Amino acid sequence: MSNQVEAAAASGQEAVFRIQGLTKIYLMGEVQVHALRGVDLEFFQGEMTALLGPSGSGKSTLLNIIGGLDTPTAGRVWYRGTDLTAASEKALTQYRRQHVGFVFQFYNLIPSLTARENVSVVTEIATDPMSAQEALALVGLSARLDHFPAQLSGGEQQRVAIARAIAKNPAVLLCDEPTGALDSTTGVVVLEALERVNRELGTTTALITHNAGISAMADRVIRLADGHIAETVRNPVRRSAHDIQW
Amino acid sequence: MAGQALAIAMVIAAGSATYIMSVNVYEALSETRHEYYERERFAEVFANLTRAPQSLAARVEALPGVDRVQTRVVAAALIDVPDFADPVTGRLVSIPDDADPLLNGIHLRRGRLPQPGRDDEVLVSEAFADAHGLRPGDRLSVLIKGRYRTVSLVGVALSPEFIYQIAPGRILPDFKRYGVLWMSRKPLAAAYEMEEGFNDILLGLAPGADPESVIEQLDLLLEPYGGLGAFGREDQISHKFLNEEFRQLQQTAGLFSGIFLGVTAFLLNVVIGRLVNTQREQIAILKAFGYGNVQIGWHYVQMVLAIVLLGVLAGTGLGAWLGGGLSELYMDYYRFPFLRYRVHADTVLVATLVTGLAAVAGTLGAVRQAVRLPPAEAMRPAPPETYHTSWLERLGFRGRLDQPSRMILRHISRRPLKSALTAAGIAMACGVMMLGTFFTDAMDEMVEIEFGLAQREDLAVSFYDPTSLRAVHELRGLPGVHYVEPFRSVPVRLRAGPRSYRTSILGYRPDAVLHRALDDELQPLRLPDQGVLLTEQLAGILGIAPGDAVEAEILEGRRPRRQVEVAGVVRQYIGIGAYMSLDGLNRLMQEGHAISGAYLAVDSLQRDDIYQRLKDTPRVAATEASDARLENFYDSIAEFLLTYMGFISVLSAAIVFGIVYNSARIALAERGRELASLRVLGYTRAEVSYILLGELGLLTLLAIPPGFGLGYLLSAWMVATLPHELFRIPLVLEHDTYALAAAIVIAAAAISGLIVRQRVDHLDMVAVLKTRE
Repeated sequence: MSNQVEAAAASGQEAVFRIQGLTKIYLMGEVQVHALRGVDLEFFQGEMTALLGPSGSGKSTLLNIIGGLDTPTAGRVWYRGTDLTAASEKALTQYRRQHVGFVFQFYNLIPSLTARENVSVVTEIATDPMSAQEALALVGLSARLDHFPAQLSGGEQQRVAIARAIAKNPAVLLCDEPTGALDSTTGVVVLEALERVNRELGTTTALITHNAGISAMADRVIRLADGHIAETVRNPVRRSAHDIQW
Repeated sequence: MAGQALAIAMVIAAGSATYIMSVNVYEALSETRHEYYERERFAEVFANLTRAPQSLAARVEALPGVDRVQTRVVAAALIDVPDFADPVTGRLVSIPDDADPLLNGIHLRRGRLPQPGRDDEVLVSEAFADAHGLRPGDRLSVLIKGRYRTVSLVGVALSPEFIYQIAPGRILPDFKRYGVLWMSRKPLAAAYEMEEGFNDILLGLAPGADPESVIEQLDLLLEPYGGLGAFGREDQISHKFLNEEFRQLQQTAGLFSGIFLGVTAFLLNVVIGRLVNTQREQIAILKAFGYGNVQIGWHYVQMVLAIVLLGVLAGTGLGAWLGGGLSELYMDYYRFPFLRYRVHADTVLVATLVTGLAAVAGTLGAVRQAVRLPPAEAMRPAPPETYHTSWLERLGFRGRLDQPSRMILRHISRRPLKSALTAAGIAMACGVMMLGTFFTDAMDEMVEIEFGLAQREDLAVSFYDPTSLRAVHELRGLPGVHYVEPFRSVPVRLRAGPRSYRTSILGYRPDAVLHRALDDELQPLRLPDQGVLLTEQLAGILGIAPGDAVEAEILEGRRPRRQVEVAGVVRQYIGIGAYMSLDGLNRLMQEGHAISGAYLAVDSLQRDDIYQRLKDTPRVAATEASDARLENFYDSIAEFLLTYMGFISVLSAAIVFGIVYNSARIALAERGRELASLRVLGYTRAEVSYILLGELGLLTLLAIPPGFGLGYLLSAWMVATLPHELFRIPLVLEHDTYALAAAIVIAAAAISGLIVRQRVDHLDMVAVLKTRE
């Protein structure tokens, strides 16, 4: 593992996140659940990383902590030199607001707002956003600007969610099972959107999936098991999202 | 859920407390009075006469339907209280020398009874004693039959006859300036030349006897002895005033209970329905486990009944406590020697049934909706709810709104009925709140009109007997007297067909400026040369209108009966009566220019001197100061009404809080996921709270104007429904009533908002990402 880090550092890639000894223990009633058991990891600028693993392997916990939604029990996370684990609640809110784009399995759109307005929710509070139209154009939804979520298919809703996530020009895009609730045809369209954002905007992207096929579109695949990093694989070639099937 | 359950229980508690307090206070007063009457053998028929021989008593006792008879000597007196300049009038009542009174027993509070035959020992009524701090052993100077006598106070007593201790002809009690003195029969009779005679008679009736027929026969017997017309309890002054107050209390209690229970039931139905709606997912899971609809319904009904029970229990405790306090206030005021206050089980039962049924109906309605959905569907990702651009945006607000404000507007217009129900709940609470303070405004208005526009004299002086106009000149000659206006007051029984009412006709000069009747625009009425003006209430009681004739049976002198035309109606808020021009009244009496008193405008600095001179004027029977009248008004009616309304206001505030808090909590439950998503996207706690509380704030603000309208309508309804013989409540709502209601509603909303804000601050952002709606 440390060889990987050294290799990347040697290649001159800048680390967006540096993670050291990350541990998270949940108390579920009286039972202690070790979600993360001392994870060391780095995410690099512009890289697309797939986090692979069965449920309970700790991948969501990892993503939540680096997304500023959760705090670790032990260990440290640096975002470009800022120690997230020492940040206040307020600072974490600002961090999410300015730097992080989230895409969730269940889209989490605001049903009372149209596609354009759902994106504006984010552009209104960001410092240097693109316009909502631009963001929706990037995910191929220029024709659906004024539709409400109830009028959109699941795939379209997820693409609105991606547009919402990228509209602020975030430094990182964190996607938790973005195709988990979609069939494969629709899923591919969503993955294509993610791929395009990563390629065209150079947004560092972390993608959680339990689907090994999807991980083929990433630069690097990190396999988690039982709160540990079980394996890190660098894909020699990123497969195009268009060619992925499951 | 605990917070919400508590807030719902609070609404139930406030509603049932109002009901339980109101009804039980009324019941307590009625029962106490009834028992007090029984215990002290309160008479059922009363009569005053000039003088009759004692032997007549046996003939009265022999009348069919009469159970027992008590004859008495009763006289008016002037009392000189040390260190009290104002003139004080009183009533001297004889007590039998040898035994307890057969009727109208005397309850000794302190000291002892006068020794038989002593002409210098008296009992005084407790209200009067307390007003002056008089104690057994103190001395008073009493004008008995034209001669001041020093008497010593040996005891302080109560009587069912003077529960409402009020001077004849007045409408408000004045404990400082009117007192009752009891004296041994023999010396009192001697002073008034009534040895072996009496001038007052009380009758106790046999069970089932008809008071009317007894009164008729008694009148025939007393007629040769100057009988002034016997009357039953209904016309006995204390009983009549108590009836009026009790009826007023009963009606107020009924109205408030109805309004509060109604509002509570409505709110429960709405709030509980919404609460159960937020449990849809749990209901689906229960169904998936194989629970039947009935079992699920029963589960929620049990939960809701537990909340109702908690609320009713708290409401019963609170209502019982407040009712006890209010009853004691009444007991002190009426000086009942004891109080029969208890919480009637049926009031608790009614409160439980009404709130329970409303809550269960709300629960079952919502459960029925929830179980209709097949469990699999309820567990599948819920499709996003359909929204549309709100009509407000379509009106052109679109461009200027940020997304959170847009969410607020769309959420409100997405469920217009739900939003309207929430607003309606807040509006109702606001309206009820106004009803509480409306009475303060009304009281102030009554005072302003009656004592500021209609009865503007500083002093009213009345003489023992009708006097010539020369008395006016004498009064005008007193130093410090600026202006004198004569009046003539004649006691009458007015009859129109089967209806009759005992009151008095006040005659004054058409050019009077101090004391005059007003029309419905509050302008002084032009006094007709002929005919009588009636207050609106009196015209209503007699069922007559201007142009009709009324028969006036004069209750003094030769007691003539005359037909008079009703020339108009008077708008009068305090008191009831009839007015004529002084000349017209004297013509009606077929007497010369007689007056029975005068209204005075005086120099307030010289008032004590004027009082002293008036006390030394033998023909002056009583003097009433207008500021004392004002004080009495606030001390008597206003105090209770305002205390009661104070309780009502606090309870309405509790209801406002309960509704707003629940609405906020339900909104949070319904929108928690959305709000947590926004938090994930980097919205701050304050920004997210704005979306939730902004909606509630907007609904609260929208609810206030209709709340004002509702408050006005409720007040108008109250005024129209409350029967008032002696008072007419004007429908005036001052700005401060509106402002206070709005302020309390907003404050309740703000407090609930702050509490809910705490929860917004702790939204679980991680959980929301992994769960469907």
